[in-house]
Amino acid sequence: MLRETLLRKLDHLIEFHGKARESVLPVLQDLQATYGYLGEETINEVARTFGISQTEVFSVASFYHFLNTKEKGKYVIRICRTISCELRDKANILRALESELGIRMGETTHDKKYSLDYANCMGMCDRGPSMMVNDDLYADLTPSKAVDIVLSYR
Amino acid sequence: MARKIDVVFSDFQPGSALRAALGMTPTSVIELVTKSKLRGRGGAGFPTGLKWDAARSHRSDDKFIICNADEGEPGTFKDKNILEKQTAKVIEGMAIGAYAIGASKGFIYLRGEYKYLVKDLMKKIEELKSQNLIGKDICREKGFCFDVDIKLGSGSYVCGEETALIESLESKRGEPRNKPPYPAEAGYLGQPTVVNNVETLSFIPHILLNGAEWFQQFGTEKSTGSKLFSVSGDCRKPGIYEFEFGITIRELLKEIDADPDTKAVQIGGASGFCACSDDFDKPICFEGIPTGGSIIVFNKSRSMFMVLKNFVEFFQEESCGQCVPCREGCSRMLEGIEKFEQGRGSSKTINDLLELSTTMSLASKCGFGQSVPNSFRTIASKFKDEILSAGGGEVWRS
Ligand SMILES: Cc1cc2nc3c(=O)[nH]c(=O)nc-3n(C[C@H](O)[C@H](O)[C@H](O)COP(=O)(O)O)c2cc1C
Repeated sequence: MLRETLLRKLDHLIEFHGKARESVLPVLQDLQATYGYLGEETINEVARTFGISQTEVFSVASFYHFLNTKEKGKYVIRICRTISCELRDKANILRALESELGIRMGETTHDKKYSLDYANCMGMCDRGPSMMVNDDLYADLTPSKAVDIVLSYR
Repeated sequence: MARKIDVVFSDFQPGSALRAALGMTPTSVIELVTKSKLRGRGGAGFPTGLKWDAARSHRSDDKFIICNADEGEPGTFKDKNILEKQTAKVIEGMAIGAYAIGASKGFIYLRGEYKYLVKDLMKKIEELKSQNLIGKDICREKGFCFDVDIKLGSGSYVCGEETALIESLESKRGEPRNKPPYPAEAGYLGQPTVVNNVETLSFIPHILLNGAEWFQQFGTEKSTGSKLFSVSGDCRKPGIYEFEFGITIRELLKEIDADPDTKAVQIGGASGFCACSDDFDKPICFEGIPTGGSIIVFNKSRSMFMVLKNFVEFFQEESCGQCVPCREGCSRMLEGIEKFEQGRGSSKTINDLLELSTTMSLASKCGFGQSVPNSFRTIASKFKDEILSAGGGEVWRS
């Protein structure tokens, strides 16, 4: 990532969210949405911008499940592992996606396109099984539907 | 027989309740809410009027009201639907609260999983602004200003706990604070802050319009009004229901067309209680079986051991790790439970975990660790046979 691009993006975000300490999380969320993860360089620049320590920014970033401090696939697939989806055969969805993508739960494809993760309840319990692909939420899945949806992300 | 009713999703004229509130003094608004005996729908059931009164009594020019839309309890999805379908009602509830306590700024703390709602919520906020229902000099009431912002969570269950939520709003790790001071005294940025659940706020406009007596005719003596339930699991009609408080589990199971061979119902999600057929005539209310609204039904084919394990895995993953009883307790409990799968569990293991449960509920810093033992205690006592014989179990069938 070019440092200039990052700095320009950061300027933009500060203009929008402000530079108060309580704006760190919204800024991190937006950077995550743009770059897919918050690497060391990103964390350091955020720290410098807000005038706080890198450890402080890292400790915030690493607390939240949806913020990645390590590089992930362009599309992060999160399968709901909560009991209601489990009762509706979530296991079949997982199996279908694992074999389609050739990775196991928690892994990322070689081309860095897809990562497979678990998430807790997504509020789709009456329409499970459900999953998220980045910010998009899908319910009423069948194994083939899940595969089609995932492959539509290019 | 408790009735099925329709308040939360009923029609509502935006502005009507707010105008009624602005015609009263802030103190009489709070008195009305107190008289209705409305209690928080987020789980803890704290009287809303008292909370507002406390926030009102602390002096500050910067007070805040926060709508808790973190809805992370497994099996809950009612808040999402309320926010989606009754946005104006919820925001009006916030505005009335703001007027009552003397706040001029509100936040909707929306869980990251619901990010897709943001666009519509923002649109609605703009619309309300153009109708002068939020913004400056609202309803031409000179000097009453109230603005609403949306803040997103990032996938953390504990951030639903009100002080963790406030930490997260301040862009910190979502670790619960020591109480006291309560948020009503020192919350967001150290200022008096009210945190209310989405559903709680959605009742406020109706109470303003119809009065405290009207609200009290529903429910029980100690749990007035109605409650939304998010129903999932083994039933023909999953979805969202509104019932009066006091409905028995059996009545509820009938309404949702639960499987005839229902053997257990988890009430209140992972942090709630497991009910078996012996409990089905108990009422759901704060003085009976309390709940934030999650109802998950299990038929005879389900392994209650796997249900328990799923809950404990959830807790182990979501514990913020700040205090030892919860951090270590969750891990030890999971280890203990896994012993049964490996054929190494015994009745002593269960007793050890019960002892651990006592420690966790007594010594954990916040409601998270204190409520982890609820499902363990109820499942392990009611379905002890299934726990003791769990070894070698393939997934979901017992
Ligand atoms: C671990 C934990 C998670 C919680 N999650 C939520 C939640 O997702 N939504 C909610 O409204 N309250 C949640 N609560 C309860 C809040 O702390 C708080 O009591 C509530 O938001 C107050 O609003 P009310 O009085 O209107 O219910 C949670 C509490 C704990 C201990």
